[in-house]
Amino acid sequence: MSGPATIGIVGAGKLGIVLAQLCLRAGYEVYISGSGDPSKIALSVEVLAPGAQAVTTEKLAKKAGLVILAIPLKNFRHIDSSLFSGNIVVDAMNYWPEVDGELSDIIPGEMSQSEEVQRYFASARVIKALNHMGYHHLLDEARPRGASRRKAIAIAGNDHEGVVVVAQVVDAIGFDALVIGDLASGRALETGMPAFGANTTESELKKLARP
Amino acid sequence: MTRQKKIEFGIDSFGDIARDNNGNLLSGAASIRQVVKEAVMADKLGIDAIGLGEHHRFEYAISSPEMVLAGIAGKTKHIKLASAVTVLSSGDPVRVYQRFSTLDALSNGRAQVILGRGSFTESFPLFGYDLRDYEILFEEKIELFARILKETPVSWEGTTRPSLDEADIFPKTESGKLATLVGVGGSPQSVIRAAKYGFPLMLAVIGGSPRRFKPLIELYHRALKSNGHAIQPVGIHSPGFIAETDREAKELFWPLFKLHHERVGRTRGWPNITREQFEQEISQGSLYVGSPETVAQKMAATIRMLDIERFDIVYGFGPTMVGDRERMIELYGGEVIPRVRALLGEE
Repeated sequence: MSGPATIGIVGAGKLGIVLAQLCLRAGYEVYISGSGDPSKIALSVEVLAPGAQAVTTEKLAKKAGLVILAIPLKNFRHIDSSLFSGNIVVDAMNYWPEVDGELSDIIPGEMSQSEEVQRYFASARVIKALNHMGYHHLLDEARPRGASRRKAIAIAGNDHEGVVVVAQVVDAIGFDALVIGDLASGRALETGMPAFGANTTESELKKLARP
Repeated sequence: MTRQKKIEFGIDSFGDIARDNNGNLLSGAASIRQVVKEAVMADKLGIDAIGLGEHHRFEYAISSPEMVLAGIAGKTKHIKLASAVTVLSSGDPVRVYQRFSTLDALSNGRAQVILGRGSFTESFPLFGYDLRDYEILFEEKIELFARILKETPVSWEGTTRPSLDEADIFPKTESGKLATLVGVGGSPQSVIRAAKYGFPLMLAVIGGSPRRFKPLIELYHRALKSNGHAIQPVGIHSPGFIAETDREAKELFWPLFKLHHERVGRTRGWPNITREQFEQEISQGSLYVGSPETVAQKMAATIRMLDIERFDIVYGFGPTMVGDRERMIELYGGEVIPRVRALLGEE
């Protein structure tokens, strides 16, 4: 195992639970939070991701150097913007028109989604990753390093160290890490772009995720 | 291996706009009549249930499943009549109950309402609901629905509909309880919510390996127990296409599935599905496509692995020709179901 020893996952829905399962399998200590009281997710976590600890998002921010946001996009501004000061924050969220409503209400202006998330969590180190592959593919496709046809996860970020750490985590949970550029280039991974939904190898993903 | 549980087999449709055997698209009205015809076939073949989804989109003709089910009720004897699902968030629990208890009367107790949030959201603006209330709408309405099911006067207060003061709601059912299930797509919180009220569970397993639902079923059982409810049945709903041979089934289904994927993907930002992904969904995922033997083997494996009590196959995706739809139902009822029962060691 490499990189951080502890991972925090914000969101105990379909994606959050799958990420918790993958991180546990890779040997990380895992904290997971839902909205509000951890008792609301305790049974789900105990049964679906045994070994992970259900906590508040506040506690998770203190315990885990690396935090993954796996909540509906419209909800990220419900989190205290100073909570993740110094944390590496992986933006795994996606705009889903049917649930999130108008995109311009959530991401006003011309910046990419993850740049907007970075602007909100100004003291965090936001990295875009783990968003483009569907959650059930993440679960079904994780493979050890070197496996044939191993699938790839794209990463975009401005914080060099953060990108390296996230790449280590991506590799540890079962995928090739493909760094595609800075946070602005993370737009190539957003809803509606060719790489969105991609469940493919590094060489194929490279073509799809071109800015 | 002999299973102790008796399994039920169903067919599910959203009332897709079908094509006649010359390739011309049917009208919405004709597509609805086609579903009624197929339900009558299914009843004669001994298929246990038909589930009809509620949608408000151009490619589906059924927006009022209980109306179509009422039409089917008059022409069938045994088949259970289910909605799959009734979008409770944008409906009124009182009216939903009344419509299904009426259907239950017409069908001599064969009505089943499957409550859900639906996977589409067109019904929200259509009926004047705000998507920002997505959670609270379902939360409040399922709670009210559970109270109405007791068939005694209901007093209720909430934010999503006018309050009720000792309101007695009619017609009541002969059995004393309208069969009510909850349909979920795999969110742990939805599973826990169904368990909270002790409703049987239907899981929509529409992509990826069905194995990932095994822990969710365990979660459901644990949550039922912690809420003081007895164990309830679990079923799944998965898409399929059956023809004489594997090759024919795949070749006929691929363009239909691809079109379906493109239509839904357009609103959700997905890229188009590749043939390789399609083949993988058939071999390892949740598409039950092939000859009767291939589909029966895959169904039996899933039923054993998840230890479930009901399997509904979704048929007639997009503009399927009516001849292919009807043949699929004949093969499913006539060959697949008996074969699955034999594989599972049932009588």
